[in-house]
Amino acid sequence: MPGLGTSFGRGGATTAQPDLANADAILIMGSSMAENHPVGFQWVMEAREKGAKLIHVDPRFTRTSAMADIWLPLRAGTDIIFLGALIRYVFENNRVFHDYVVPYTNASTILREDFRDTEDLDGFFSGWDAEKQKYDPETWLYQGAQKTGSSSSPGHSEAGGGHGKDRGGEAQDPAGFRSDATLQHPRCVFQVLKRHFSRYTPELVEQQCGIPREAFLKAAEAFTAASGPEKTAAICYAVGWTQHSKGVQIIRAAAILQLLLGNIGRPGGGILALRGHASIQGSTDIPTLYDILPGYLPMPFFEKDSQKLDSYVKKHSARTGLWAGFDKYFISLMRAYYGESATEENDWGFNWLPRVTGDHSHFGYWLDMADGKLEGLFVMGQNPAVGAANGRLERKALANLKWLVVRDMVEIETASFWYASPEVERGELSPDTIGTEVFLFPASGTAEKAGTFTNTQRLLQFREKAVDPPGDNRSDLWFVYHLGRRLKARAGAASRDAALRALTWDYPTEGKHDEPSPSEVLKEINGWSMADGKQLHHIKDLKNDGSTACGAWIYCGVHPEEDRNRALERNSKDALGHGWGFAWPNDCRIIYNRASARPDGKPWSERKKLVWWDDEKKQWTGLDTPDYEKETPPHAPAHIEEGEGTSALGGARPFTLHPDGVGWLYVPSGLKDGPLPAHYEALEAPVKNSLYSQNTNPAADKKQRPDNPYANAHGDPRFPYVLSTYRLTEQHTAGGMTRHLSHLNELQPELFTEVSPELAAERGLKHGEWATITTARGALEAKVLITPRILPLRIDGRTVHQVGLPYHWGYMGQATGDVANDLLAISEEPNVRIMETKALLCDVHPGRRDRHAPVSERVPSYEESRA
Amino acid sequence: MSVTAFLTDATLCIGCKACEVACKEWNGIDEDGLQFSGFSYDNTGSVGASTWRHVKFVEQAPLPGLGGNSGEQVSWTFSSDVCKHCGEAGCLEACPTGSIVRTEFGGVFIQPDVCNGCGYCVTACPFGVVERNSKDGRAFKCTFCYDRQKAGLEPACAKVCPTESIKFGELEQLRQKADERIAELHDRGMTDANLYDPLDTSVAGVHALFIIRGDARTYNLPPAPEVPTIYLKKAWTSSALAAGLLFGGTLLAFLSAGKNGR
Repeated sequence: MPGLGTSFGRGGATTAQPDLANADAILIMGSSMAENHPVGFQWVMEAREKGAKLIHVDPRFTRTSAMADIWLPLRAGTDIIFLGALIRYVFENNRVFHDYVVPYTNASTILREDFRDTEDLDGFFSGWDAEKQKYDPETWLYQGAQKTGSSSSPGHSEAGGGHGKDRGGEAQDPAGFRSDATLQHPRCVFQVLKRHFSRYTPELVEQQCGIPREAFLKAAEAFTAASGPEKTAAICYAVGWTQHSKGVQIIRAAAILQLLLGNIGRPGGGILALRGHASIQGSTDIPTLYDILPGYLPMPFFEKDSQKLDSYVKKHSARTGLWAGFDKYFISLMRAYYGESATEENDWGFNWLPRVTGDHSHFGYWLDMADGKLEGLFVMGQNPAVGAANGRLERKALANLKWLVVRDMVEIETASFWYASPEVERGELSPDTIGTEVFLFPASGTAEKAGTFTNTQRLLQFREKAVDPPGDNRSDLWFVYHLGRRLKARAGAASRDAALRALTWDYPTEGKHDEPSPSEVLKEINGWSMADGKQLHHIKDLKNDGSTACGAWIYCGVHPEEDRNRALERNSKDALGHGWGFAWPNDCRIIYNRASARPDGKPWSERKKLVWWDDEKKQWTGLDTPDYEKETPPHAPAHIEEGEGTSALGGARPFTLHPDGVGWLYVPSGLKDGPLPAHYEALEAPVKNSLYSQNTNPAADKKQRPDNPYANAHGDPRFPYVLSTYRLTEQHTAGGMTRHLSHLNELQPELFTEVSPELAAERGLKHGEWATITTARGALEAKVLITPRILPLRIDGRTVHQVGLPYHWGYMGQATGDVANDLLAISEEPNVRIMETKALLCDVHPGRRDRHAPVSERVPSYEESRA
Repeated sequence: MSVTAFLTDATLCIGCKACEVACKEWNGIDEDGLQFSGFSYDNTGSVGASTWRHVKFVEQAPLPGLGGNSGEQVSWTFSSDVCKHCGEAGCLEACPTGSIVRTEFGGVFIQPDVCNGCGYCVTACPFGVVERNSKDGRAFKCTFCYDRQKAGLEPACAKVCPTESIKFGELEQLRQKADERIAELHDRGMTDANLYDPLDTSVAGVHALFIIRGDARTYNLPPAPEVPTIYLKKAWTSSALAAGLLFGGTLLAFLSAGKNGR
């Protein structure tokens, strides 16, 4: 989550769901929280009942809109215009929380003279390399900043990757920073920001988002008036923001807004990243991603000097702030991986780690698979044949594998593509010619295994096993552990097997199936002392001399004693839930909470107190675990020029992961598509970008090829309507967990599409009957739901229709239907390589699709789309 | 044992349908069809033999007031319907086998092992709640989670409701709570909020109260439900009257014949 990571330091929600009840206003955008997080939505309802204003901005009127005080429909893909206009509103109406912004953000920091904004270069920041199609971000740095690290440019890596840069900041040393506390210097961040958003006016919102000016102003007033010393406002978002070709920058815009209003680190404020399912936060903390190691440590890249631990540590650590401890976190991780085999002499096993050589993200390797470059694949906890963009390409690529292992509770579409997919029905694939050997392994369900979830609010909750799994079903932990054990047993003397030989893989097992103990794994993640095996209590216990082992430094403290698993604790003591589970880091429920107090250590107001300095006890105290050095007094001076670690930040710099200790309105390094958010149209959009000649995010990768075609950049007459895909409460993602359950299927049995009465009239669609939806990638059929909850929007003097399509269905299970993701293109946002699902172009016609005609007959050709 | 009740507050319902699913899971009820209805997000239709909790989705003109349906273009209201467990229950009175009983919690319970499927209760319910199943013809409806209540637990639907739209508790306390809530909603500009609890009709109030906005009929709730047996007195009276008249007439005929007899 580099949007939050670069802005604040950590790639996680800054607040906790129960804290939403303390908000005075809540903006939900890029999410239908009531539908997809109904349990967490109880605290939004609580806030509303206490008088908070609830604002929902969404192309559709959803169950969330139904609960809101204000619903604003916007054209999909124009979020940055809307947020930019909110930021401008804050400037224009003197809503900047000045006393917070000056000490706690980089508003006063001065930028280099050669930095150029998108306003100057018509949609580009300085440093664009048209040939390489990417930015050299050097001019984005601060005035006087010293570059650290080695060969490659700050915040960028030749070989791709993004998550590893979640935190940003490693690229420059803050020693030479210049600032102007009056915020008057023309090149200080504050002034740059003001100029940057000066054209994001309410009129632009009306023209481009389709939200009437007056309605926008009403919402802007409601949200900004609920901020300041006495009040706070929160923002909730989900994949409605992330799944865009500029998703990270949308989240950045929200971060800027919340920093200007002083809403970060304070009760009832913050930005809540609503994660898509049970442990998605956990899957970036202990990553299932190719470019980071546990705790957001970057995976080493194949590049100059990459074989030396020294240069790796130098590149990624910082002199000041929490990242000064990078070597402690990393070496402790190596000791957890390789135990006694990792020694100072062998660089703590650094060279046993693989190197990133290219784009190994889902789409990167899937396109390789489509091109026949991949032999085998494990699929666990995922159903890409239904859940991933451009389903036809994804499924056809599977047919190029030699072997495919799928582990799931049911036979999902990914396992049955070879006989049941639409490609087989159409004759594009045939079981007779597919050479892929498919192994389907039965997996345990959630209740059939123990382990932890890390949820939306960084909260680890350990659950016990309720029942034994039936038959041969086994947990994922069982599978991975025993696979590792067998591989290790086969490790030979060759040097390529050295890592396997060195790996510690000795988790105790129990029961007749030799199930490894998940609490033993959690103990290792928490970390222990190598000498006596005692559990570590705190991140501060970690050492860089190999005397500690820790599987993920950010989780340190979750299992502080041999017999104390804090993730298992269930005695909630207060409204923030302390005593129930463990929130990383250090059980902080609201992170950066030093900002809830004034620079002098007193709360901004009695009503909004959270953490404050206790003058008698000489320590930080309050209603949450202080996210700060406990005994550093508020008046302790900063030693940014020569100090080290967090002590260099002094007593009033709450964003301790940043080398300068402040929140970043402007991100000097760590992002690939610019230091500030700028509006670009979606890769497929009905209109031209009205702000810049550059239509789309220049750094986004379209992966355009014959099997992944696009509509023309804007206003393609073949695809006149905007399409968004989304989820429903009643089903879950690609359906593996729900479409086999009758009690859920009867609630939403069939794929349907939501259209406005006006669009239905324009295309002759009939309620309850079939419609065929086409994009440049494919066609599908869905039942028609005509509803006034979908509004045609007036965009720049013309009508734009939007089409809604939930994506849960597939060809297996009890409730079947066409695969909505067949309509999407594989595209990559530059920082996290996510696809665009929320703003595409389509056409709709009455009637069913021809099930046997080749795709080319139903979809205009690739050549045509290139014309 | 105190009389228990539901208070379902439509102004707090987010339409998640967790109550429907929890009810079916706990009570082991089958799905009743996998058909797209086209009726907003409601694909289960109504309360019946295999749906004991049912969430209605009402798309209608804007409603005034803060929160809960702001849209100037449209409003979308949700409310979870259930058996009303009437103070005077039509089904119970109509049941000839004694299958339908009132429990110690004041709820109305059909004993499935006694029910013979005659269906009298179906026509006797003023809310259209009771239905015979298609397999063996026996009648089914919400049990008020009698088994859970006996074990000291709240009903499954109330247990899972994430927004406390479904509250469970002692009847009179909930009536009081409802009055307070409605006063609060009125204060906040939702002047059309009202309590559905037909005390002045023959059902004598319900044990499943509803806080709704505007006309009860929008929520498929009859404004003046009546227990069919209230017509019994009238029916017996007129029968008795008719019988009396007939008897009197016959008597009169004999008497006058006797008088005039030769």
